[in-house]
Amino acid sequence: MAEFLQQTVNGLSLGAIYALIALGYTMVYGVLRFINFAHADVFMAGAFLGYFLARLVPAESFGGGLAVMAGTMVGCALLGILIERLAYRPLRRGPTLNVLITAIGVSLFLEYAGQLGFGAEPRTFPALFPQRDFNLGGLSISSNQLLVIGVAVALLVALQAIVHRTRIGTAMRALSLNPVAAQLMGINTDVVISFTFGLGSALAGAGGILYAMNYPSIDPLMGVMPGLKAFVAAVLGGIGNIRGAALGGLILGLAETFVAGSPWSTYKDAIVFGILIVILLFRPAGLLGKPAVEKV
Amino acid sequence: MLDVTNLAVSYGAIAALEGISLRVEAGAIVTLIGGNGAGKTTTLRALSGLLRPTRGRIDFAGQDITGLPPHRIVGRGLCHVPEGRMVFANLTVAENLEMGAYLRRDRAAIAESRDRVFALFPRLGERLAQSAGTLSGGEQQMLAIGRALMSAPKFLMLDEPSLGIAPRLVTTLFEKIVEINRTQGIAILLVEQNAHLALEVASYAYVLETGRVALEGPSRDLRDHPLLKAAYLGG
Repeated sequence: MAEFLQQTVNGLSLGAIYALIALGYTMVYGVLRFINFAHADVFMAGAFLGYFLARLVPAESFGGGLAVMAGTMVGCALLGILIERLAYRPLRRGPTLNVLITAIGVSLFLEYAGQLGFGAEPRTFPALFPQRDFNLGGLSISSNQLLVIGVAVALLVALQAIVHRTRIGTAMRALSLNPVAAQLMGINTDVVISFTFGLGSALAGAGGILYAMNYPSIDPLMGVMPGLKAFVAAVLGGIGNIRGAALGGLILGLAETFVAGSPWSTYKDAIVFGILIVILLFRPAGLLGKPAVEKV
Repeated sequence: MLDVTNLAVSYGAIAALEGISLRVEAGAIVTLIGGNGAGKTTTLRALSGLLRPTRGRIDFAGQDITGLPPHRIVGRGLCHVPEGRMVFANLTVAENLEMGAYLRRDRAAIAESRDRVFALFPRLGERLAQSAGTLSGGEQQMLAIGRALMSAPKFLMLDEPSLGIAPRLVTTLFEKIVEINRTQGIAILLVEQNAHLALEVASYAYVLETGRVALEGPSRDLRDHPLLKAAYLGG
């Protein structure tokens, strides 16, 4: 039982990170109907930005850690907006396939520019927050795990509020439902698309830091695998659906952690992707995806 | 109020509008009639900025608006209710109306517009929390028009408002359109397949044929025009 709870906590904290990344894929898909493959590298950029910003604040302090997190989110938001502005916007009127291929190009560019700039060797991510381990009857929970879950939940709640309670959030949903009608309402679609990229990239940046806190070895290719899994999570939950992305992330994190703690741990990734295949066979639109479901 | 001169639009190499000119005076209802593919919807899409004209000039309220993006044109008071209603299906009725007022900041004035919409279409007031996608076709059309009114337009372009609506509701809807024009002084450009109905509410009409204005004149003259009778009014 203790082990089950332990794995659940581990799985939730990994799943929360997948969820944060998955949201960016799903939101961009919602407004532009394409998969932004460079999103995984914004996640990587977040980890590196956090690595460098951490030098400016006292180590292992709560305030310093939060400042690094906030700075990273702003930096990644700007990076996401810049990528859209430079690489995707000029192709907006062309076929989606062009943008999709460009996204792969941007992804490779970021990965190898990262290797050029930071080197390919992994670096050790510094301890941002004060750390403690809590022991509750055989259950060992680190303060980092709690922080990951706490920050992820807070960001999810904030995102939900932005998307459902603010003017620009409603405009995002309107744009994803009907771009033509959205323009006829006076919505400047360029602004809303930039906002969507900024929001998704900020979440990916936060995800990058949280991931690096738990797996403190960062390198320019670190985004590839988590990015792929978060993409799977977004599809699993129903691409374009915000709650679906969060749910998909949690399921994937839990599944991966439980398999990793079992005798079949070698097949961890195979089983995770197997889940995707099975769910897509029976529910092609994803868990929360319906033919006419909310697409943001 | 609206002055269109020699407007041409192409889809790639195919010309959809080959230079049309039309005028709508402030406070008037003018209709654009014609068969499928005549260029009625293309005209509206060019006027609202969704399509870029290849040639010609659009003046609205004394200013050149040719080539402006749609959100700028809405801001000037020219609002387009597109064919097929295009309500935001997963947003509630209230959110749809809120999006209509997207460019406005004055909360009191927005609330006033909302009340006016509810007075016009009481149904919408009863269904505020409902998803727009669950409304009937007629209710969706009311919402599409109500949403457009939320932008406080000076000029409204309606594309096929009678399409896909129960026949008994069509008359009511047209009464509402006339009411909007009379009580709020909003000029209306009406695109309609149902030429009978359109000529009844409009004071002036343009007949489009394959991207050109084939005929124009006051509605009462056109009602008896032999060409129109043969083509659209069923003899």
